[in-house]
Amino acid sequence: MTLVMAGAISHAPGITGREKMAPEDKKTRYYDACYRFRDHLWDQKPDALVLVSAEHFGNFFMDKMPTFCIGLADDYQGPIETEEFLNIPKTTIPGAPELARRIADVAMQEVDLGYSQEWSFDHGFMVPLAFLTPKWDLPIIPLNINCQVPPLAPLQRCHALGKALRKAIDAQPERIALIGCGGISHWPATPDSGKINEEWDRAFLEDFVANKTDRLLRYSNDEIYRDAGPGGQEVRTFITVAGAVEGHGGELWCYEAIPIFAVGCTVVNMDVAA
Amino acid sequence: MSVYYLDKLMYQLNRDPMVQARYKEDREALLEEYRLTDEERQAVLDEDIGKLYSLGNQPQLLMHFAALVGYAWMDYIEAMRVGAEKYGEPQYQR
Ligand SMILES: [Fe+2]
Repeated sequence: MTLVMAGAISHAPGITGREKMAPEDKKTRYYDACYRFRDHLWDQKPDALVLVSAEHFGNFFMDKMPTFCIGLADDYQGPIETEEFLNIPKTTIPGAPELARRIADVAMQEVDLGYSQEWSFDHGFMVPLAFLTPKWDLPIIPLNINCQVPPLAPLQRCHALGKALRKAIDAQPERIALIGCGGISHWPATPDSGKINEEWDRAFLEDFVANKTDRLLRYSNDEIYRDAGPGGQEVRTFITVAGAVEGHGGELWCYEAIPIFAVGCTVVNMDVAA
Repeated sequence: MSVYYLDKLMYQLNRDPMVQARYKEDREALLEEYRLTDEERQAVLDEDIGKLYSLGNQPQLLMHFAALVGYAWMDYIEAMRVGAEKYGEPQYQR
């Protein structure tokens, strides 16, 4: 029983990069929820954080695209983006290669993982980490899910990934947190940037916090693309977390649709009771 | 699908300072190394964000190219909007 915390948080680059362009009240409510989430994480005295995200061609490109990829590096560099763009200074983030390997060995009994020993984080990992580990002092095990270009992992395989990760995490003596980060509906970096399907988001989040597996897995990729945009494919990161805490729900700590951040900004804390 | 090589150019431009330097020194020679269509090649040379968007260049890569060649965020969004209207909506593999 070593999964000590689970949840989900947004990762859109505007959250930090365009901070000053957002309405103050909405921004403050979201930032406060992120700080609350950070404090909750640290209250669990974690030894490491498994961060499940979806990067955007920072390292993984269509020449050789892993569906799932776990980080086994000693450390990670980031952000790839300029400080101007992301408002996060360049830094080094500690990894947890030995623990990551032990987790991979157990998880790979059930799912196939690629791995990486050299990895520079883009906003997909850096924006959540800037809130959660502002001193960059918690060992991170990154896990990337290809949410960019098809073929994409079917939703039920992301759910299976979450279940496998849970088994693998619970087999370790360390205290480990698992957080998924991605957008719900959004159309990032497109002319529709700023469009948010709040109704779709709220329906998805209702199923997520109630952890209704059948409901979460019912969408086709085309439905997601149509209703939640290209960025909506990142629900895979949420679904992985849902798989890890199957049978338990959670609590929505924040949902603020902030167009200049290009996403419905979300913090969900999930119950990890075994 | 040659849009792959257009994406590859943008990926390497974003990630590799050597490729960025070569882009600034001699774009034409750099572009020789990618299997681009004439249309793609010309759109890169013109730094025509709207055209590149319409050709199906991945926006998550195009946004970094736009920043590299001096577009502010709102100008980048507007350039794609104009491009889609003028040249057509992009078609992505599904
Ligand atoms: Fe994303």
